[in-house]
Amino acid sequence: MSDLVRVSDLRVVACNDAGEERAIVKDVSFSIRQGEVLALIGESGSGKTTIALALMGYARSGCRVAAGSIQIGDTAVMSLDARELGQLRGRQVAYIAQSAAAAFNPVKRIMDQVIEGALIHGITSRAAAEAKAVAMFRSLALPDPEHIGQRYPHEVSGGQLQRLMAAMALITDPQLVILDEPTTALDVTTQIEVLRAFKRVVRELRTTAVYVSHDLAVVAQIADRIAVLNHGQICECGVTEQVLDAPCDSYTKALLGAARPAARHGQTKSAAVETVASPLLAIDGLTAGYGRRDGHGRPQKVVLKDISLSLGRGAALGVIGESGSGKSTLARVIAGLLPPASGAITFDGAPLPARLEERNREQLRRIQIVFQNADTALNPAHTVARILGRPLALYHGLGGRARDKRIAELLDRVRLPATIAERHCADLSGGQKQRINLARALAAQPDLILCDEVTSALDTVVGAAILDLMAELRRELGVSYLFISHDIATVRSICDEVVVLYAGCKVESTSRQTLSAAPSHPYTDLLVASVPELRRGWLEQVPPPAAVPRFGVESEAPGLCVFLQRCPVRIDGVCNVAAPAHVITRNGKQILCHHTEEELRH
Amino acid sequence: MTAPTVSSSADRPPAVGAAPRRASAWGRWRRRLSISGLIGLATVIFWLLVAALGPLLAPHGVGAIVADDSFASFSTQFPLGSDYLGRDVLSRILYGARYTVGLALAAAVLASSVGTALGLAAAVTGRWIDETMSRLLDALTCIPSKIFALVMVAGFGSSVPLLMLTAALTYLPGAYRIARSLAVNLNVMEYVEVARARGEGRAHIACSEILPNMIHPMLADFGLRFVFVVLLLSGLSFLGLGVQPPAADLGSLVRENISGLAEGAPAVLMPAFAIATLTIGVNLLIDSLPGRARRFAQGALR
Repeated sequence: MSDLVRVSDLRVVACNDAGEERAIVKDVSFSIRQGEVLALIGESGSGKTTIALALMGYARSGCRVAAGSIQIGDTAVMSLDARELGQLRGRQVAYIAQSAAAAFNPVKRIMDQVIEGALIHGITSRAAAEAKAVAMFRSLALPDPEHIGQRYPHEVSGGQLQRLMAAMALITDPQLVILDEPTTALDVTTQIEVLRAFKRVVRELRTTAVYVSHDLAVVAQIADRIAVLNHGQICECGVTEQVLDAPCDSYTKALLGAARPAARHGQTKSAAVETVASPLLAIDGLTAGYGRRDGHGRPQKVVLKDISLSLGRGAALGVIGESGSGKSTLARVIAGLLPPASGAITFDGAPLPARLEERNREQLRRIQIVFQNADTALNPAHTVARILGRPLALYHGLGGRARDKRIAELLDRVRLPATIAERHCADLSGGQKQRINLARALAAQPDLILCDEVTSALDTVVGAAILDLMAELRRELGVSYLFISHDIATVRSICDEVVVLYAGCKVESTSRQTLSAAPSHPYTDLLVASVPELRRGWLEQVPPPAAVPRFGVESEAPGLCVFLQRCPVRIDGVCNVAAPAHVITRNGKQILCHHTEEELRH
Repeated sequence: MTAPTVSSSADRPPAVGAAPRRASAWGRWRRRLSISGLIGLATVIFWLLVAALGPLLAPHGVGAIVADDSFASFSTQFPLGSDYLGRDVLSRILYGARYTVGLALAAAVLASSVGTALGLAAAVTGRWIDETMSRLLDALTCIPSKIFALVMVAGFGSSVPLLMLTAALTYLPGAYRIARSLAVNLNVMEYVEVARARGEGRAHIACSEILPNMIHPMLADFGLRFVFVVLLLSGLSFLGLGVQPPAADLGSLVRENISGLAEGAPAVLMPAFAIATLTIGVNLLIDSLPGRARRFAQGALR
């Protein structure tokens, strides 16, 4: 087979505010054979998207391609003028972006947008293009392929939209498809469906593709070859098996190491016993939401329904769920930022007032919250010293030299040099900012830290270092964590107990060890099975989701199981009639389901 | 550039060391100004100096009739010619700049600071206070500024404090709108949530967490308001409702010499030119405020 794409000595420079140019892609060369999928892997800022865009002859504003040549088939991309580039894009080279929701026009029907490319380039008639689109919808495993094109983008789910975008890209039979982090914004259970669909289409159409991602496990499923990027340079480029199993480059090894998280057992003597004896935090029957309250005090949009959980002293409780499951709302309720509609919170044996204003300073001090995105969680107008100094002054009345000394101690705790104190957060890297974020919580000397997706915005290697730090802090300071994440591997590596949320309901609570052991709630099963594993062939081995059994009567009664619509083991006459109860299993799990422990084991 | 201000995420090597940002804030700021920004800065400084020192430099008294003929052209004796009564135009401008710049400055400071304070208060207090304040100031917005000023002058007579208050009141709702929208957006930032969860009071949140992040866009807005006030006051003076004779601001200088326009007398052209340089200078300066301020503004207004 011949090379379809040949990139040699590609150099892209970016221009900063002061007009200085800096190379962000440094003399990169690679080639892609006909029908091959090449993955570009790297952390944020490694230049992977810049390279992908350059393949279409495009550089983002402020950037320009300074040198190098790009050959796609017979076309030398760099020598094309604007009109010829227009012919190239969407016809020879198609692009699938990370956020399909932002790529679709909300006021036009899906079908019109999908076939737009074919019509613009004048390839086929409208009828032929529509027929082709429907065939494409079918091979992408979209529901109701004949009619889905008549809907508007907001009427389909995020995963479906991502697949529709693939159809839009493939409608012109492009020679090369660029997929730029196409599954990163999706939940794992959706991601696996999208991956499956992509893989099938790529194989059927023998498409040549560039797959840009930061996730090695995802790439392992779909790519033939992997190019590992670091600071704009290719460190290693080889066949997928070789890169995964026998990496040559030290950076690749580090990346692989971080992608296989080790358990960080923070603890401890007897967390389990203490949990039972006197939990630090106990939540009972918590219901919360947003919007106007009705006559019964129930908010318009209920986000959390009847949540009960308890957290031992020095323990770490993980809360897992997909986006919209109410994880962050739970943290906000505990922190007092959102008063719940009903339910009680007990902290250290005493009831915790729902509203911030009713909590005393000591209660406020003992619970601290750490947000996901350190960019927005740290005030850009303040120096590090001011950010860390404020809780010290507020809670501990420290000032002057004592405060400076404590700030230095805190920085040392989170492994940052003391000189950083005078700097502003904008000057720090993502990992450093997240450490400051943690240090601010530690400054209060809290008993409980609510961690809301603290590693999600970070690169794998940096995130792993933060998790190590958190485990160490827990060991040395005995602080408890409520650790919220959508990532099972992260939760498993740091938490003792895990709670699984689905649509605002606690469907399962379990210990770390038994999380993936049977019996499990059907949703937990799905969640655990959907996390990509870092080996080739995993995607083929995962059984496709079983069909959802038919119901005689579909019911919308309140209180029914929240997973009903997706559950492969639902029972007609039971699940659509009554609310499920918690099943306590022999290995200590609590599962919200109609099935008995034995049935869930299957 | 000594300290890059943009950082996407973990992409930069963890360079840690003594902070270079203390070096010279002024030097860095000046270097970041573009050519047009420097021209604007120079113009603004020039006019501030004229406003402060004008009367000391003026060769003649403000009302002194010194020239033999009216609407005289440029001459060594009267560099900017003479006006319709034969007074020295240069002296008149040097005296008048004080009114225009001083009044506009005071009114713009008043409008921007009160607007910012109210906007902050609206953002951090409850919904009702916010709603009430917003609707009241909306009502004020719908009155056309010239008409409002005419009514004020007709009702209370023209005086310097009244002109200042009128101008401030006219531009207060605009400043409030901008301040409120900035503050409301900043109020939901996670660092404000953290401060709230920490148990900070409203005053601390408003002044310490929110205000520092909106000060740059508010400064840019202040510059705009200053220009608006200059134009409003000049307009009023042109209608004869502004500063009263024999004192005159730049706007009244244009008006009283309007009959010289046909013969192209410097007496009418020079004050108009003065107003133009003042407003354009301030605008140039605002437009080239260092990128950081603009980015703040764009981020907050998004």
